Order: sequence, then structure tokens, then C-alpha cells
Amino acid sequence: MQAHYGYEDGSGRYTITVDTELCNGCEDCIPACPAGVLEMVEEDPIDERTVAAVAPAHRKQIKYSCAPCKPTGYASLPCVAACEPGALAHSW
Amino acid sequence: MSAGVAVKKEYWRWQESNWRSADIDWREADIVSAGVDVGSVSSQAVVMTDGELFAWSNMRTGSNSPDSARNAMAWALEHTGMKVEDVHFVVGTGYGRVNVPFAHKAITEIHCHGRGANFMYGDRVRTVLDMGGQDCKAIRCDARGKVEAFQMNDKCAAGTGRGMEVFADLLQIPIHEVGPLSLSVVEEPPPVSSTCVVFAKSEASALLRKGWPKERVLAAYCSAMAHRVATLLERVGVEPEFAITGGIGKNPGVVRRLEKELGLSTLKSEFDTQIAGALGAALFGRSLVQKQRAKAEA
Repeated sequence: MQAHYGYEDGSGRYTITVDTELCNGCEDCIPACPAGVLEMVEEDPIDERTVAAVAPAHRKQIKYSCAPCKPTGYASLPCVAACEPGALAHSW
Repeated sequence: MSAGVAVKKEYWRWQESNWRSADIDWREADIVSAGVDVGSVSSQAVVMTDGELFAWSNMRTGSNSPDSARNAMAWALEHTGMKVEDVHFVVGTGYGRVNVPFAHKAITEIHCHGRGANFMYGDRVRTVLDMGGQDCKAIRCDARGKVEAFQMNDKCAAGTGRGMEVFADLLQIPIHEVGPLSLSVVEEPPPVSSTCVVFAKSEASALLRKGWPKERVLAAYCSAMAHRVATLLERVGVEPEFAITGGIGKNPGVVRRLEKELGLSTLKSEFDTQIAGALGAALFGRSLVQKQRAKAEA
């Protein structure tokens, strides 16, 4: 599943995408995010496999939660760097 | 002179409803499952017997989620002789899903709308746009209703039911007439520039002062809403067949304009588009009971 979490700030429209087929459930991204944006959820309600997702509390404020990491540049984003299988992507 | 009390007419008030099957005897059912969708504006409860629709209710969400869930469930079960305890598995979904006191499990509305739409529109539905009370989600699913991709955004009431309620009140048009009236314009006006309810409302007030007729203002708002949600489908893509769930699915002013913008028509259903989430939740409830039983037998 491609989970797209969209947001908009002064510079444009962006999306954080979790590819749940690639996510291996290692949870390394959870402590890596300094704003605590990510959490683990069930990939499918019938299946017990858990995958990373943007936590509901952050969905309406991603532009604020993710803004402090933007100056680090895409290559060194802590969440993306922590994700070994490359399941996490930001559109900027 | 008679002293009168001014009664404010509630133009926003949409029709609450409930339904129950006249043919099904729930006591004979193997699995009774229920889904309760507590949204920001409306709450629904759907009860299913062995995967068949038995009863449902659709009402306004109250000031607290647990009460809204209880009320929706009580109304769905009215005159059925069934009690909440008779339901084998209850799934909570929607914005208040963790606050459904009698739920055995909470499932996100994304999964539930995919599954619910699959039941409502059949297995040919691939793209579902859930236009709810306070947000919109674009969902792509497979033939079994399993979600393959979804997109949500960070906007508040932009392009949603709550915004439509505010407009119905502002223009003093009963909410179910907003869509048809907006389609009565001879020429399509340019859309309002913002779908943020607060800005759109002040923009609409300015247009009314300029002498725009109500239907023209509504057309400008409906088309802004349609355009706004079309951008949600950019990443997910629009694979036919396409369906719109949630309350806005009943507003032809938005639905027709969106169909025009996307160049395809939406599937129609005999069911109330607002019950999709609770319906999907009830279907998941049944699958979970089946899974539990299979596990117990193994």
C-alpha cells in the first residue's frame, strides 16, 4: 500500500509517502524522528503486521512538525536515513 | 401585538435516518457484527448478520464521542429486539474510533471506506473519494476492497460537509437543495478562490453584496470544492470505476462538477453514502470473528 500524507506550506504542496510493502516493521524510524511524527499501525486490519504511519495527531500539522528537518536537506533527513528498506519518502 | 419568539431555521440540518431489514431474523444468524463510525460531523452504526445488511443509523455527532456511538447504535437497534451484547464483534472507526466504549477493535476509516465501498458499489470500484464532515481522503482499492493506496491532506474543513453546512446557513438554503440549486446557473461562475470555510464565507458575503444571486454563489463554492478535492487524486490516480462516499456524495452540485473535471462518471448506490465507513467496519468485524474461530479450531 502506498500511504500518502499530504500537507501544504508557504512554498507548495508536499507528500510524505510510506510504502507499506517495503516497510519491514523494524521501528527504527520511530525514535529517529525528532518530532515524533511516526507511529506503528496495522497494515491490514485482518493481518497483524505493523508498519510505519504518520500519527493522527500530526496529520493536520505536518508542515510544522517536519519543518525543522527541511534545512538538513533530503539526503540526511533522520527518518529517511533510518529507514533501511527505503520505505519512507518525502516529495521535496 | 403578540410577542413572538424568533425561531432560527436550521438550514444546515440534514436528514438523519435509520433502517432495518424486515426479512432477516437476527437470532438465526451465525455471526452478528457491527461497525460504528464516529465522525466529526456525523455518526453511523451498521449491523450485519452473516455479512448481510441488517440495520443502520445515521445521525449527527454530539458533543462527546462515547455518547454519539451509543446513540447511533441504539437507534440502529431500535425495534429489532437486539441488544449491543448480542453483537459478536463491534468495530469502531472514524475520527472518534478509540472512543467507542463497546468496540472490540478500532480500525482506521481508510480501510473501512475501501471495504464498505466494495460492498456498496461492487467489486468493480477502484477509486473511492471519501468526502466527510471535516476532511477528504482519496483511496484506491483492489477487487476485494483492500486499500492499495490512499492520500489524505492536512486541510481542515476545506472541501467538506461542514463547509457545506456553513454555506447552507449563510445563504439560507436547506442543505439538500444546495447542490440542485447550484446546478441551475446558466453560466458557470469562476470558483471562489479559497475553500477555507472562513475565507470562502467572507468571499461569498462580498459576492452577495455585489448582487450575485444565491445559486451563482453556491455554484462558485461547489466548483471550488470539486477542484480542491480533485488535487487529492493526483498521486492516487483515478482508476475507474469511481465512487464518492460520505455526505458530499449526496450533493450533485459537487459530484457533477467533479465528474466533469475528471472526465468520468461516479457509481451510484442504493445505500446511503454516509454509511460506507461503518459498513466496512462491520464487514471487518465479521472477518475478525471468522479469523478468531479458525484460530480456535486450529
